[in-house]
Amino acid sequence: MNYKAIFRVVSYALLLEAICMIPGMLLCLMDGEPRVVLAYLAAIAVILAVSIPLYRQGKKAPAAFYAQEGFVATSLAWIVLSMLGCLPFVFSGQIPSYVDAVFEMVSGFTTTGASILTDVEAMSRGLLLWRSFSHWLGGMGILVFLLALTPTQSGGGYTMHLLRAESPGPSVGKLTPRLHQTAKILYILYFTLTVLDLVFLLLGGMPLFDALCTAFGTAGTGGFGVKADSIAGYSPYLQNVTTVFMLLFGVNFTVYYLVLIRHTFSALLDEELRLYLAFFAGSTLLITWNVRGMYRTLGETVRHAAFQVSSIMTTTGFATTDFNLWPSFSKAIILMLMLLGACAGSTGGGLKMARVLLLLKDLRRSVRKSLHPNSVQVVQVNGEALQEQVLRNTAAYLTAYCVLTLGSFLLVSLDGFSVEANISAVFACFNNIGPGLAEVGPTSSFAAYSAFSKVILTMDMLFGRLEIFPMLALLSRHTWRRSL
Amino acid sequence: MKIIVAGDGKVGLAVTRELSREGYDLTVIDSKQEVLDDSVGRYDVMVVKGNAATMGTLRTANVQEADLVIAATSADETNLLCCLTARKMNPKIHTIARVRNPEYIEQQFAMREELGLSMTVNPELAVAGEVHRILQIPAFIKRDTFAKGRAELVELKVQPGSRLVGIPLSEMNQIAGVKVLVCAVTRGSETLIPNGSYVLREGDHIHVTAQADDLARFMKNLQISTHPVRQTMIVGGGRVSLHLARLLLRAGISVKIIEQDAARCIELAGLLPKASIIHGDGTSQDILDSEGLEHTDALVTLTGRDEENLVVSMYANQLGVPKIVTKVSRIENTSMFEQMGVGTIVSPKDLCSANIVRYVRAMHNQTGAMLTLHRIAGDRVEAMEFLVDDQVRHCGTPLKDIPLRPNILLACVSRQGKVTIPDGNTYFEPGDTTIVVCADIQPPVRQMNDIFAR
Repeated sequence: MNYKAIFRVVSYALLLEAICMIPGMLLCLMDGEPRVVLAYLAAIAVILAVSIPLYRQGKKAPAAFYAQEGFVATSLAWIVLSMLGCLPFVFSGQIPSYVDAVFEMVSGFTTTGASILTDVEAMSRGLLLWRSFSHWLGGMGILVFLLALTPTQSGGGYTMHLLRAESPGPSVGKLTPRLHQTAKILYILYFTLTVLDLVFLLLGGMPLFDALCTAFGTAGTGGFGVKADSIAGYSPYLQNVTTVFMLLFGVNFTVYYLVLIRHTFSALLDEELRLYLAFFAGSTLLITWNVRGMYRTLGETVRHAAFQVSSIMTTTGFATTDFNLWPSFSKAIILMLMLLGACAGSTGGGLKMARVLLLLKDLRRSVRKSLHPNSVQVVQVNGEALQEQVLRNTAAYLTAYCVLTLGSFLLVSLDGFSVEANISAVFACFNNIGPGLAEVGPTSSFAAYSAFSKVILTMDMLFGRLEIFPMLALLSRHTWRRSL
Repeated sequence: MKIIVAGDGKVGLAVTRELSREGYDLTVIDSKQEVLDDSVGRYDVMVVKGNAATMGTLRTANVQEADLVIAATSADETNLLCCLTARKMNPKIHTIARVRNPEYIEQQFAMREELGLSMTVNPELAVAGEVHRILQIPAFIKRDTFAKGRAELVELKVQPGSRLVGIPLSEMNQIAGVKVLVCAVTRGSETLIPNGSYVLREGDHIHVTAQADDLARFMKNLQISTHPVRQTMIVGGGRVSLHLARLLLRAGISVKIIEQDAARCIELAGLLPKASIIHGDGTSQDILDSEGLEHTDALVTLTGRDEENLVVSMYANQLGVPKIVTKVSRIENTSMFEQMGVGTIVSPKDLCSANIVRYVRAMHNQTGAMLTLHRIAGDRVEAMEFLVDDQVRHCGTPLKDIPLRPNILLACVSRQGKVTIPDGNTYFEPGDTTIVVCADIQPPVRQMNDIFAR
């Protein structure tokens, strides 16, 4: 394996992280919090101390970079970034436990939004900004951001493996011939949508700091709030804006590219998009009917239902009301939506609508085939025949998904919380949502879990965000064996 | 610049590799998903699966915004239809089609004009031409011509006991008696662009530019044998063999072709009445011996299998056949065969892709158009011919005062049909053509102005 090339990728990602910490530090400087500024400086110093030797090592890396290197570089970069990115929290003493801090940071980068903080409002604003900004970075992908920033002049084909490893969805493709260009377009779309969200929030009278953090959380479909009651305290207008933007960020960005840049309006008829919107509309209707009478007006009921559905489906995890108090049918819908997730190629997590679509179509084919054993059928999506390999991979993904979720559920259950809390905690972390049900519901936090469970849940978040295989590659002994 | 490569076969892949290294926006079309997956993993390209001659596939490949389409699928007709369709959808697009069927050669020009093709490439014909040129003067391992044939760039091996052993390059002209310039030397696995103090050793491969008329005297003075080829044995009777046999027979060289397939033998016998066609397995030593391989002047191995070609060539080398040419189609790293005694290596896809790359670079240029591009020393060195126009900098400045980028050499200046091998006082002016030699540099030289440091 080409370790040097992997070191190079990790070192670049670390340098980028150090730069991204600066706005948070400046905010602390303005707020007059010297202790946090020092914590930031120390953290940046540690990051540089790690990244510069790696950079030196990676400078003379050979060009060979294949799928294996792509997987390992991606998962390693995410782990190292999280382990070092949480240092400001530790050094400033605001999250004294290192395990807690890593949990918080991984939750940020993986756009989970699950928190161990019991009192968010007590944190420094500079730290909260970094915490929310990590959502924005992790949403579209840190390495994709790197690809967008650094054009690879020659022999750059290998970086496709990075895009594959980091981008969500069963089949990752390029929008344009050049990878650098593709990454740039993705980030331009992402940036524009984020700014648009920010403008709408500011127009609604949200303070600048809150608006920035909320926009980052929405864009990355992360869900870290800066208030103890998440979004509940803001005006209905702001809640509705957030509902719409969460939904927008859960859409495959290829659709935006095709419609806005290539003017291919047929992309709006994409089967995945239709399924996604159908799930949104259906779930909102059912929940509205189920929780009728809990809120004063029908308008308010629809607003809360739509917000919660949008938030859970896109795996954001903001909340405007405590859905723990809803009847079990609504909670069941929420739990189901947690599993399904957003569209492939979006910033959302979960199983992804594209996979659900493929699995359903594959199931339909199997049923038909058992009735007519000699019939030949091809699974088609958007009118095009799908490769059997994609179907097999999707099935394998589902298996891995179930094994890992059930295993984590078993381990987390050692702590003795209710079954509902444990299963929803694992779902909420693995699918990068944030809040679960019962003890880990939207009004409480993950602080009560033991350090062991926190480590398990941290792993789950990484597994979920990177879609299992890169992390499995990192842990596989075949990756590290020297011999063939 | 946006380029569509239709067909991801040998030539398509070679072109993709070259062009993606030079940083163009490439979209590759093929009907097989596996080859596309391979390409997208190795190069920075976008891939589209489908039939390259259909509007739907071309639309997906964004042909409306492309500047060039290179059609290199396995079928000539598909290539032509692909170019035609692309032009229908985007009248401004440039089109290059591979047309390889020998039956179409006659209508090549008519087709190009009628279908609006910018260029047609025929790998087999190109190889045949290349082999023919090499056989004309067998002492040269490789031979490229420039300036309408008035200047040549030849590759020579410094033989044991040669007068060149142990002398620095600055004294070369005195020994040679004519003005020549050594523009690249390959020693072992290294290739470099030497300066005047470089001392030659036995076994070096030197690449020399000279006036075409001076070459005979150059060889005489260096006591290099100029024994011409009178008979050639060709193993394999494919398209290249047919093209080559025609060229050789026209030049009065007798040709013997050994072909395995009986039906093809009959076909060849009809097409080439003057050649002797042998039906038999060209890889069997019995057949080779009984057909007189030992006494032939030259052997050209042109079967469809690289391994067979290499083995037959090695056998011929052992027998002491004076000139051996080996075709290698698939294997990418041909430099490893240089020490194996298989003579000159020709590769259809590399010849073809060099041709296409030249066209692409010339298209990219605003000024100082590239006329030819040759790859020498196992593809590590490029030799290019440029037309100097008034946009080119440093016109009229003596060469010794021009700041060139490292590893670049100006090897020849041709003015109104007169070729000069340059020294420090030579200059160029608009209307001249120049030959530039450069070794493995980034960014690549696309136009004349790219060779200057400032």
